[in-house]
Amino acid sequence: MTVGPTGFMALAAILFCIGLFGALTKKSAVMVLMSLELMTNAVNLNLVAVSRFMTPASMAGQFAAAFNIVVAAAEIGLGLALVLALYRLRKTVELDRIDRLKG
Amino acid sequence: MPDSVAVVPFLVLAALAVGGGAMMVLTRNVVHAAFWLLEVMMAVAGLFMLLSAGFLALIQMMVYAGAVSVLVLFTVMLTLRRREDAERSLDLSWSAGLIALGVFVAASAAVASFVPAVVTAPAVTPGVVEFGRALFTERALPFEIASVVLLIALVGAVWWAGGDD
Repeated sequence: MTVGPTGFMALAAILFCIGLFGALTKKSAVMVLMSLELMTNAVNLNLVAVSRFMTPASMAGQFAAAFNIVVAAAEIGLGLALVLALYRLRKTVELDRIDRLKG
Repeated sequence: MPDSVAVVPFLVLAALAVGGGAMMVLTRNVVHAAFWLLEVMMAVAGLFMLLSAGFLALIQMMVYAGAVSVLVLFTVMLTLRRREDAERSLDLSWSAGLIALGVFVAASAAVASFVPAVVTAPAVTPGVVEFGRALFTERALPFEIASVVLLIALVGAVWWAGGDD
């Protein structure tokens, strides 16, 4: 019994949708950023899996995943810095209470 | 390098990843959610090992399991005034569930219609030596751009999170 690329792609789809659900529903800014990280992980898993089965010699997807990890690390660092700056200004990280631009 | 991977470790790691992700979304406590996210990251690192991407598994452990989860935990603890603030309402909504389900159905259809190209796997699994050689020769430009991105993110994060003056 072995698993091909479709098994990994289905797993990545499940993880991505769990992360999407979390990013859409959560009201805490930190939880939204964590859900975004989950979605990024699903994308990386997909890249590595497809690269493993389609271009095993050139490892094209592994490079894409590595650069994706760099961008995701920059994103989570900046996102959490924004959350901290927002907390200093508004004393909250609840996204539904940050509604100054609401008409 | 074999043409496919064994099913038992895949199923174990997939169950760990999906279960951890579901627990992250469904737990009420933000700190528990951060630890469930850490568990998912480690399961994904195991899946990278299974896909013979050893170097990626290493940086997954170092960047996500090491740095990102610590960063998330620090932010959680810095933005909570009382211990009870970690407990939150569950924040579930039907419309978001429908959107996520729709994306999942579309992605499943795409996966189901995916026809893998027949490739012959190389005899020797390319390892970290080949990865590093390609990273510093043919992919040197994206590598340098990535370092600039990290530098700007570092400066920006310090700028935003730093003091008022």
